[in-house]
Formats: sequence, structure tokens, C-alpha cells
Amino acid sequence: MREPELVQGNEACARGALYAGCRFFAGYPITPSSEIMEYLAREMPKVGGICLQMEDEIASISAVIGASWGGAKAMTATSGPGFSLMQESIGYAAITETPCVIVDAQRWSPSTGQPTKAAQGDVMQARWGTHGDHPVIVLTASWVREVFEMTVHAFNLSEQYRVPVILLLDEVLAHLRENVILPEPGELEVVERRRPERLDDFKPFSNEMMLCFGEGGRLMVTGMAHDEWGFPAQGQKAAEQLQRIVAKIESRADQLALYRAHFVDDADVIIISYGITSRAVEAAGHQLRAQGLAVGWLDLKTLWPFPDKLIRSCTERAQYVLVPELNLGQLVREVERAVGGRVVVEHLGRVDGYLITPQEICQRVQARLKVGVSHGL
Amino acid sequence: MDYRGYLRVERLPHVWCPGCGHGMITHALACAMAELGLDPNKTTIIGGIGCSGRTAFLFNTDAMHTTHGRAVVFATGLKLVRPELTVVLALGDGDAIGIGGNHFIHACRRNVDLTAIVYNNSIYGQTGGQVAPTTPLQKRSTTSPYGNLEPPFDIARLAIAAGATYVARTTSFDFPDMVKFIKRGIAHKGFSVIEVLTHCPTYYGRLNDLRDPYEMLHNIKEQTVPIEEWDSLSPEERAGKIVIGELHCEERPEFVKSYYEFIARMQGQRVKSDGH
Repeated sequence: MREPELVQGNEACARGALYAGCRFFAGYPITPSSEIMEYLAREMPKVGGICLQMEDEIASISAVIGASWGGAKAMTATSGPGFSLMQESIGYAAITETPCVIVDAQRWSPSTGQPTKAAQGDVMQARWGTHGDHPVIVLTASWVREVFEMTVHAFNLSEQYRVPVILLLDEVLAHLRENVILPEPGELEVVERRRPERLDDFKPFSNEMMLCFGEGGRLMVTGMAHDEWGFPAQGQKAAEQLQRIVAKIESRADQLALYRAHFVDDADVIIISYGITSRAVEAAGHQLRAQGLAVGWLDLKTLWPFPDKLIRSCTERAQYVLVPELNLGQLVREVERAVGGRVVVEHLGRVDGYLITPQEICQRVQARLKVGVSHGL
Repeated sequence: MDYRGYLRVERLPHVWCPGCGHGMITHALACAMAELGLDPNKTTIIGGIGCSGRTAFLFNTDAMHTTHGRAVVFATGLKLVRPELTVVLALGDGDAIGIGGNHFIHACRRNVDLTAIVYNNSIYGQTGGQVAPTTPLQKRSTTSPYGNLEPPFDIARLAIAAGATYVARTTSFDFPDMVKFIKRGIAHKGFSVIEVLTHCPTYYGRLNDLRDPYEMLHNIKEQTVPIEEWDSLSPEERAGKIVIGELHCEERPEFVKSYYEFIARMQGQRVKSDGH
């Protein structure tokens, strides 16, 4: 029986990356994600990998993409301001179908904001931060062990589908230390990049197989609209390629949806949350059920592609849906869209830099149910 | 192998304007690769955005056409995980030291074993002739229609000051020197910069009374002085002139080699401690 150890969220992320086979990291110091780079600076060379501190975040993500084409599993980590700087190259990774993982430990609101205060304000940026239609997968986590697991999962999906995967943490989870038993080698699946068996008829941009530089493929990789060989294309060919790379993720929304559902089958009230906020929801949910209220809750791990079907099925018999998040209303709009006006959906936001408490959630649900009685909810 | 073997000849003619110098630099690069006998399967050409970036599409090797200004960091990531590859960068002046200036000086400082050819035509060509950080004072562009008020960067001097360990400058007029310097840059273990002063008759020339490519090529050549003669010139004689030739060569620890030695030390230590 292994003893639990006290591990910080950022450290769990770094250790998850090494577990997943990450052998290239490039980053730039930024609160609250710096401990990821600090950990990897200590540990990466011991496993034969490379950890570089770059001149800025644009260099970090660009070096990660270059390393990925060299065959390495590669990652960078940052927070809001750095995440904004990375957006152009995240689009490059999307259109060139480059596996890579980007960790964003969210801080409070735009610009410098409050570097040491938690927020969940980058949900839309993670999906739409780079310009144009593009594929991306966005994951999140709520517990320190889950940070480890989701980091491994981020690499797996990235390698499997040749897509940038963004892992959204937040300041509290990044700096939180919890007593955990982290997975042992072999406990979690680790997915390796799929390579084509034959070079002669391999089209480098036609499916999720990937050939890297130096392997005889004489590849052409460009951020321009391109054909399946990587050379510039326009018109219908460009449209087909864009539709293919978007569809490879969007068409798999159901299988990519990771979540924890609690009591959703018999609930009148469903609370939908993600990340650090899910911890408060779990506490509130148990309290409300102890009071005899038919409450269920859904803790999303995959934010994008948005799990429409899951949301619809979990809210099927609900009369009230509450979406608490540390912003002024981001994922709630996706929930509203998914339920299509069939259920009342409310947002519970908080932007003073502190976490939503179980009490706030309980009060909102109780108040709503009281009002609801007189309105026939 | 003949230099043509390094080119995707089926993709010719290239996209550059008639009279442009970029084809001559590309030709010189292909000749340098042929003379060095590089393995096309172990060579990567990386370009940025701009006219120069289109070089990447012409080589029958692995090639990458990156984002604007970042080619050098894509290359740094690649070279670190695949040290056995020969990585050559085709950069424009705006790409290298305008939008990518920060990456460029840091690559010089790190001394990563990359060869950067900077196609310096003193203007943003692909976007229609806007002023560049290399446009000489008083010269016209579409965004300096009354003459440029900003002093230009000297790319070769910037590279030397930032720590590049092989720096040469030549012109698109001097074909044999282009080939020679590119070859030496590739052979050199460290960050090499070969600045090529080249002509853009379409924009720079047309806006500055040099619309004839042949005339413009000669005009660039006339402004230059070989380094062998430079030292004997008085400050007055140097005014308005640009020194060309092999400007700098030094041996300094190369970053990728240093990193792998570091990894070996760290793993050796671990093996030792595990052994106990």
C-alpha cells in the first residue's frame, strides 16, 4: 500500500506530463503556472528530455510545435496574458494538425488582472482564442490527482487526433496541495503517435497518422490553407480540408465527453460545473440532498467540444439548471443553447477573486425552489 | 547530386516577381546544399511569412512555413529534439528583425546550430511595399511616402552584438559569395547568419527611382565595400557604404551539444545513484 503524498496542482501537471511521455517543454515564467516549468527544469533532463525557458510565450508555443514535428511529445504552460500571446501559434498547430498540449492556469480577468486570484474566464478564449474556424479540445480538472490524470489524457487525445489540447486549470488548483496517491506506471493508458506503415503513398494531411521531420517523408508543413500534401490550396480543396480537421473533433464530441454525473437520473435540479467550482458543487449537492431536495450535479471535464448530447440527456427531467462559474457567464451560454429553452437555466457567477462557496450554491437553489413553488416549478 | 535535386522543380516557376532577387538566393542555397552533399531526408528548410518564406515550398526536403517572425523558434524546438538534422532558415528582414527581432537576438545568444539566411530587401514586399526596420533613411515606401524618418537596423552588426558565432553579409549580385557563405554557415557549429542584400524592383525600386532590376542590382553592389578594403577607408569614405564579406566567426559552445552533454551528466548521476 503506497502512502499518500502532498502534491501541488502544478506539480501534478508536470508529473502527469512526464508520465504521458512528454519530452519537450518550453515556457516563460508567469504566475500561477511557473511551478510546472520549475518542476520540469529539475526532472526533465533526468529522463532525457528538454526543458527550455524561452524569451516569451510566443517562442514557447512555437518551439513546442517545432519539437512536435521532430517527434517529441511537447507541452507549454502559462496563464492568461501568456495564453493570449500564444493564440496565433495555437491556430498554426490546429491547421497543421500538430499534437501539443497547452496548460492555462487561469487568473482573474483580462490583462494583468490579479495573477494570484482564481477565475474561469478563459473558457471562450480556449475555444475561440485563435482566429478562424479551427479544431481544439479543452479539458479541465478539479482535484490534484485529476490534474495529473487530465494532463495524461490531454497528451493522449493530442497524439491520437493530431490536435492542440488545452488544459484549463486555475490559480487555486494550480497552487493547491492535496494528499494524493498518484497513478503508478501502467495504471493509466498512454497513447503513442500513430505513424504510417508506408511512405510512398502517404498523404501527410489526410488523416491522423503522422510522419515527422527527418523520417524521409520530405514533408511540407504550412499554416496556409493546404491540400493533403501540404501545398497551398484554395476554393473547394481548402474548404474540404478545414471541414475535415474540424469534423475530426466535433464529430467525436460524445466520445470525447469526460464528466462525473451524480444523481442526475432522479433530479429536478441539475447543477452543471467544471474545474475548481465543482468542488463546491459537490459539497452543496450533498447538503441539498440531505435536506431532501432532488438535486443532481454534472461535473464536466471536457469543455470543448461542448457535450451537447450529455447536457440534454442529463437535464431531460430537470426543471431548473444552475451553472456556477468564476466569470460573468461563459459556459452557461453553451448550456442554454444545448437545452434549447426547455428548462430554466441560471448563472451563478463570482468575480471578486474568491471561490464560489457551497453556501452560495445552496442558497441559490433553495431560493429558486421557494420562488418556483409559487410559480408552479 | 545536382542542385536541382534539392529543389521541387515541379513547383517552378516560383511566385516571386520578375526581377526579384529571392530566386537567386534560393538558387545559391540549393547550390550550397549540393556542394555540401546534404542528405535531403535529414535537412529541413524553415521559412517565416513574407516573400522569403515562400522559399520553404521550393525545397525537396522536409520544409516548414511557419508564423510571421517565429521561424527561428520553431527551428530551435526541432533542432533540440532532432540534433542530427541540418536546419536552414529562410527569413526576410521584417520577419527576422521586425516582428521576430526578439527571437532572432535570443537565437544568436543561445548559439543554436541553425543557419539563418536573411533575405534583406529593405522593405515589406509581400504586403505591398511598406517601410521596414531595414529601410534606409529618407527612402520611400507605401507607408513612408515622404521618406523614411527612422534609422535602419544593421542586421549583421545586430547578429554579432547578440552573439551569433558566424556572420557574413553579401549581395544578390555576388552569387559565388552567397554559395560560399551559406556553405560555411551550414558547416559552422553554432548560430550562423548570412545577410543577403537583395533587390525588390517591384516595390523598393519602383518607389525609389530604381525600377529596373538590373540597375537596382548594380546599385546595391555599388554601395558595398569588401571587408578586406573596409579597414583602410577613412570615416568619410565609409559614409553611406555597407561592409560585406565574412564579418565574424568564433567558436563558442553550441547550445544543442551543451544540452545533450547536460542530459548525459544528469542521467549519469541518476544511474550512479540508482546503482547504490
